[in-house]
Amino acid sequence: MALFKLTLKELQEKFTGGEVTAGEIARAYLLRVSQVEPSIKAYISVTTKEVLLGKAQGIDVGLKAWRKTEPLMAMPIGIKDNICTKGMRTTCGSRMLDNFVPPYDATVMNKLNAQKPLIIGKTNLDEFAMGSSTEHSAFGPSRNPWNQKHIPGGSSGGSAAAVAAEECVAALGSDTGGSIRQPAACCGVVGFKPTYGRVSRYGLVAFASSLDQIGPITKTVTDAAIMLNALVGYDPLDSTSADRDFPDFTKSAKKKDIKKLTIGVPEEYFAEGLDSEVAEKVQDAIAVLEKIGGKIQAVTLPSTARAIATYYLIATAEASSNLARYDGVKYGFRAKECKSLAEMYHSTRSHGFGPEVKRRIMLGTYALSAGYYDAYYAKAQAVRTMIQRDFDEVFKEVDLLVSPVMPTPAFQLGERLEDPLQM
Amino acid sequence: MAYEPVIGVEVHAQLRTQTKLFCGCPTSFGLPPNTLVCPVCLGLPGSLPVLNQRAVEMAVRTGLALNCELTLASQFSRKNYFYPDLPKGYQISQYDLPICGPGWLDISVKGKTKRVRITRAHLEEDAGKSVHEEGAEGSQVDLNRTGTPLLEIVTEPDLHSSDEVDAYLKALRDLLVYLDVCDGNMEQGSFRCEPNVSLRPQGQEKLGTKVELKNINSFRFAKDALEYEMSRQAELLSEGGVVVQETRQWDVQKGQTAVMRSKEGAHDYRYFPDPDLLPITLDSEWIEELRATIPELPSTRLQRFTQEYELSEYDATILTDSKGVADYFEACVKLFPNPKTVSNWVTGELLRELNAAGTSAEDSPVSPERLAELLQLVDAGTVSLKGARELFPELYASEIAPEQLVKDKGMVQVSDEGQLSGVIADVLANHSAQVEQYRGGKEAVLGFLVGQVMKASKGTANPGKVNELLRQALTP
Repeated sequence: MALFKLTLKELQEKFTGGEVTAGEIARAYLLRVSQVEPSIKAYISVTTKEVLLGKAQGIDVGLKAWRKTEPLMAMPIGIKDNICTKGMRTTCGSRMLDNFVPPYDATVMNKLNAQKPLIIGKTNLDEFAMGSSTEHSAFGPSRNPWNQKHIPGGSSGGSAAAVAAEECVAALGSDTGGSIRQPAACCGVVGFKPTYGRVSRYGLVAFASSLDQIGPITKTVTDAAIMLNALVGYDPLDSTSADRDFPDFTKSAKKKDIKKLTIGVPEEYFAEGLDSEVAEKVQDAIAVLEKIGGKIQAVTLPSTARAIATYYLIATAEASSNLARYDGVKYGFRAKECKSLAEMYHSTRSHGFGPEVKRRIMLGTYALSAGYYDAYYAKAQAVRTMIQRDFDEVFKEVDLLVSPVMPTPAFQLGERLEDPLQM
Repeated sequence: MAYEPVIGVEVHAQLRTQTKLFCGCPTSFGLPPNTLVCPVCLGLPGSLPVLNQRAVEMAVRTGLALNCELTLASQFSRKNYFYPDLPKGYQISQYDLPICGPGWLDISVKGKTKRVRITRAHLEEDAGKSVHEEGAEGSQVDLNRTGTPLLEIVTEPDLHSSDEVDAYLKALRDLLVYLDVCDGNMEQGSFRCEPNVSLRPQGQEKLGTKVELKNINSFRFAKDALEYEMSRQAELLSEGGVVVQETRQWDVQKGQTAVMRSKEGAHDYRYFPDPDLLPITLDSEWIEELRATIPELPSTRLQRFTQEYELSEYDATILTDSKGVADYFEACVKLFPNPKTVSNWVTGELLRELNAAGTSAEDSPVSPERLAELLQLVDAGTVSLKGARELFPELYASEIAPEQLVKDKGMVQVSDEGQLSGVIADVLANHSAQVEQYRGGKEAVLGFLVGQVMKASKGTANPGKVNELLRQALTP
C-alpha cells in the first residue's frame, strides 16, 4: 500500500520498526503533493523538495546516533498558515501578510520540531481565520477532495483538505468558532478543538484571543490523540495556558472504555433547519455508540439559541483590536504613494484586508464603542457565562455530548459568498 | 472677580524594573533605536504578553505608601488607538479595575500640612518614540521604550495653587525615589506630570471647565505652565469668555500653552478587558510581605531628624528632600557624631558642589567617610574651620585624603605653644602702643593683635590658641 494511505499511527509504526526511512516518506509525500495539490490547493506554501529531503536525510543519518525515535519523527504534517513558523512565510491567508516571514516559532512549532517531523507546508485558510469555506483566503479557495465543486469548510479548510487528500498525515488547525471541527466534518476527517488553555496560543496569529485554540486534524481519533500529546502543556509565554497535568490521550482514546460513559444528546442541536441527511447520519452514529455500550441520554442546553449572537459580538470585538496592528508601519503590506499618515493607514487597511475581515473589524469596533459597550460587549460576556453554565450543568450528568457539527453537508463553492449571514 | 484655581495631577512614573512590563527586554535608556525589542514588544503577529511580577510589586508598594485601597483582583484593559509608535494598535493599561484605588499623600506647603487625595494608580505599558528628523522624508519609529512599565498616579482636584502642585510633585517624587520604584528623572521622562486646571469664582462649589497640560518635563515648567494657564483662564473668564475643554501643550520657548487637541477631537479608546492576560490577584500575605519592604518615608524621616538629631525643621527638610542626601547625612553622622556640624556641612558645602555639578549624593566624589575625616581634622584643631571650608572644593575635585590635602596646602593649623609664642613675642614687640592700650583697659585691641599674629603665621595659627596665649602674655 502506498505510504500516503496510512494513518499516523500506522506510518509511525512502520518508521519506528525500520520498515521505511524518513527519506522514503518524504519522497512519497512530495510525489503525492505534486499530483494532488494542483486541483485541491490545500497549501499556501509548500516546503521545497530540497529542504524536505534534506530534513529527511538529517533524520535518517541522525537516527543512528540518537538510537531512539519520537512519536512524530519523520511524520508529514501540514501547518495552518496562521501559526508562526520561523523563516517560513506566514500569511494568514491575507494580502496584509503576503510577505511576512516570522523571526520566531510558535510554541506548538517548537514542540513539534523537537520531535523532528517533516513539515510539508502551510495550509490555506479564510483570511485571519474568519470564515467557514476558505473562500475568504486572499490566495483563492481550497477544494473539498471528495467533490471539488464543494467547499472544504473553514477556516482550517486547507488543513482538512490536505489530510483528506492525503497530502499530509496530520495537520494543525485553529478553532475560534468551529474552524477545526467544521472543515473536518466537511472533509470527513477527525477535528479536535482542545479545551481553551490546553495548547499554547503563543505564535498563533490572534483572531479572537479568548476563543482561539490550536488543535489537530487527523484521519483517526487515535491519530488526534497522538498529535494532542505533542501539543498540550503549560507555556510560560502564554498567560492563558493552563498549568495542569495532562493524561496520555492515546490511552483515553481506546474503544473499550465507552461502556462506562454516558453520552448526552442536546435537543437544541437537532432543531429546525438541520438537514435531514445530516440528522440521519448523526442518528446512525448515536445508534452505533449505543450498540457498543454507551449510555445515551437526552439533555438540554437552553442558551444554545443565543450562542451565535454572543460569539459574533465577542469574537469581532476582540478581532477589531487584535487586527489593529496591521497598519503598514512595521511589517506586512503597506499601501504605496500615501501623502499622510492617515492616508497610509486608510489605504493599507482598505487594500490589505478582504471584505469579510473588514466586516468583522467594523462590527467589533461598533460593539466596543462608547455608548454601545454595555449593550453589546458587556451583555455578550454575561450571556457567555450563561452558556458556560449550561455546559457545567450538563456535564454533571453526562461524560460527553454528541451533536452534528454543522446543519448541512459541505455546500458548493460560491453558493453562499453573497450572503455573509448564511455563512 | 477673584477666581479659585482647582488643580488635579496625573503623574506617569516609570518603574525601575530590569525588564519591560510584558516581555524580557531590558528597560535601558539611550541605546541605538530598535535594539531593545522582541516579538512581544514589537507587537509581532502571534506574540503574547506575560506580566512582569516585579512591576506589580512596585505598584503595590507604592499603593501602600500612598495609603491606597488595593484592588485584590485588578485587570488589564486594552486602550485602542492608532499611532505609529504604538505597535499593537492598543496600549495595555488598566481601566475600570486599577491595582491601587483611593488613597492620600500628605504634603507640606509653607509649613502647613495638606492632605492630597489620590484617586487611583494603575499599571500600563509605555509607547515607543516617533522620530522626526530635520529635512528627512517621513518619520521614523524607535520602539526601545515600548512596553516599559509605567505607574499612572492620579489625584483628586485637591490642589489650589502652583505652589501646592510643586509641593505635591516633589513629595510624590521623593516618595517614589525612597521606595526605589522610580528614578524620578523628569528630563529623561521617567517622571512625567500632566496637571489639569480649572477656575471657579471664589466661593462657588461647581467646578469650572478644565484644561489638561502636557509637555512638562521639569518642576519649573509645571509651575510656569500652571501660572500661565491660570492667568489665561482668568483673563478669558473676566472678559465674559468661556474656557474650552481641551488639552494644551506647554511651549517652553514662548512661555505659553497652546491647543493640542480639543474634547471633540478626543479618542473613543474602546477599552475592554485584555483577553491575553489574567486578572492580577493579590493575597493579604503577599501584601504584608511587600509592606515589610517599605523603607522609612520622607515625612517620617523628616520628623525623626528633628527629634533624634535635634535639627531645625528647615535643615531636616533639606536633608530629607532626597533619599541620597539623607542617607549621606546619616552615614556621616555615624562616623562623626555631631549632627549639627554634619548638617551644616552637608546642606552647605556639599550640596553647593553637588548642585553645581548636577551630581547626586549617591555619586558624590566626597564620600561620607572623607567628609567625616575632614570634620575630625577641624575638631582636633589640625585645620581651622575657615581653612577646611576653603579646602572643600579641592577635596571635591580630587581623591586625596583630607589630612594629606591639608598638609600639601600648608594649612596645618599651628597650635604648638612654643611655635606660637615666638610669633606672639614678635608681634607684641612691634606693637607696643596697642599693648599699652590693652593694658590700659581697652580690651578690644586684642582682636587687632590676634589678627596680626594670624597674619604673621600666614593664617596657620590656631586662632583660639592665639587668643589664649595673647591674653596670658598681656596679663602682667
